Amino acid sequence: MGGLVSKFLQRWTVFAGLVVVWQLLGWFADDPFFPPPSKILTAAYEWWVVEPSNFTEHIVPSVTRLLSGWAIACVIGVSLGLLLGRSERAMEYAGPLLVFLRSIPPPALVPVFLLLFKAGTSMQLATIVFGVVWPVLLNSVDGARSVDVTKVDTSAVFQIPRWQWVLGVVLPAASPKIFAGLRVSLSLSLVLMVISELVGTDNGIGSQLMQAQREFDYTRMWAGIVLLGVLGYGLNTALLAVERRALAWQPRSRDEQHA
Amino acid sequence: MSNMLEVADLGHTYGDHEAIGGLSFTVRAGELVCVVGPSGCGKSTLLRTISGLVAPSRGDVSLHGSHLAVVFQDYSRSLFPWLTVQGNVEFPLRSLPRAERRKRAAEALEWVGLAGAARKRPWQLSGGMQQRVAIARALAYRPALLLMDEPFASVDAQTRFELEDLLLRVRREHDTTVLVVTHDIDESVYLGDRILVLSGSPARLVADLEVPLPAERNQVTTRTDEVFVELRSKVARLLNVGKPAAMDVEKWAAAERESLSETVSS
Repeated sequence: MGGLVSKFLQRWTVFAGLVVVWQLLGWFADDPFFPPPSKILTAAYEWWVVEPSNFTEHIVPSVTRLLSGWAIACVIGVSLGLLLGRSERAMEYAGPLLVFLRSIPPPALVPVFLLLFKAGTSMQLATIVFGVVWPVLLNSVDGARSVDVTKVDTSAVFQIPRWQWVLGVVLPAASPKIFAGLRVSLSLSLVLMVISELVGTDNGIGSQLMQAQREFDYTRMWAGIVLLGVLGYGLNTALLAVERRALAWQPRSRDEQHA
Repeated sequence: MSNMLEVADLGHTYGDHEAIGGLSFTVRAGELVCVVGPSGCGKSTLLRTISGLVAPSRGDVSLHGSHLAVVFQDYSRSLFPWLTVQGNVEFPLRSLPRAERRKRAAEALEWVGLAGAARKRPWQLSGGMQQRVAIARALAYRPALLLMDEPFASVDAQTRFELEDLLLRVRREHDTTVLVVTHDIDESVYLGDRILVLSGSPARLVADLEVPLPAERNQVTTRTDEVFVELRSKVARLLNVGKPAAMDVEKWAAAERESLSETVSS
């Protein structure tokens, strides 16, 4: 118990200290561009709690877009990645194309998607999916390739059905790398969600942020930024928890082996 | 006794390197045959062609049964770390109903003395225990032929003796047909009903020896038995005949490694 408390303190002391310093500086400086945390929290409370419609009309759609875009990218990335990773020929053909597509900065495609899908959810989803699919895809390719020869041979000798080969051998063998890709792409999803909401839309956290900035409401702007930080932190923590459960089979330390 | 495996004029060539040069032999049902040969002589290639992992360049392999199982040398890679011991033994049985699968896995683990470890992960076990899991998995599959590729080469001497006796017991109790590929002369004499002695690359059959030892073997008394000692020296002499130059061994070993790194898609 004492260990837990001290670990908690260790993790959060620097963070809390910075907030306190910011609070003090904010008070003394009294600069409209940099309001203290207390004011930001008050603004956030008034904005999203006192007026719940702001919450349901902006935050909920944003998070929904983020998660569905990420989920679509995960499904595409993992399935395509495992397929490409297990076929040497396919990767030879597709490799250069993938590297080329991955090199395009996704925000540069926002105008293209605007033309293709018009402003709105499909364009935002397209931006997120296109932007975040690459880490998942390339990590899945890498993971699928890492199935060692003995496991390939073992599977071949026992003549296991194809579904068991894919879901029972390749997927679990690739899963540590896949999760690394999922983490990167989840934080990228947040970035691309905001970017996709900056143009041609009037709902979502990104558009609210822009609006607050245009109206010189810097406290609200900061509230939006803090919200994005909290969101990113929360999502990452949730994914880490899932990862820990999914990869619980991995030998965690050398001492645990051959115990 | 009927034949379980018939190998006829089996040959395999990688590029212009001939790994196996026309091997013919049979394994009878219920028999334990050891294939012994110098390192890098094409034993692994032989095993891979028999198990169907590599299509031979020429010749025929016919198995009188629907399927075979392989126990690989590298148990830590052959077992799946994300599955429990029980899950690993059930791995080849996914087409069976769940209850049947459970029953067979429990049974096979019982045979190798690991009934208590069913819920552990393979990497929590010692090397010898992991190889026992691999043996249990192969037995649960009820193969017509159990192929073993240097199965005890990665464990310490003590464990090795234990596993050898375990193999002898299990195959006697369940009438399993076994083909063990090994480079260890003592092991081949201790385990085998028959020994196939191979020459250096390309692998050719030098001798097909019956082992005139009683079925019951004992690590202490059998190994000092006159018959054992005599047969061991005979095999050793056979292996030394036509011993290849060191450089060639290197070359063959490299060619074989290369062939092993070719991935086989399932």
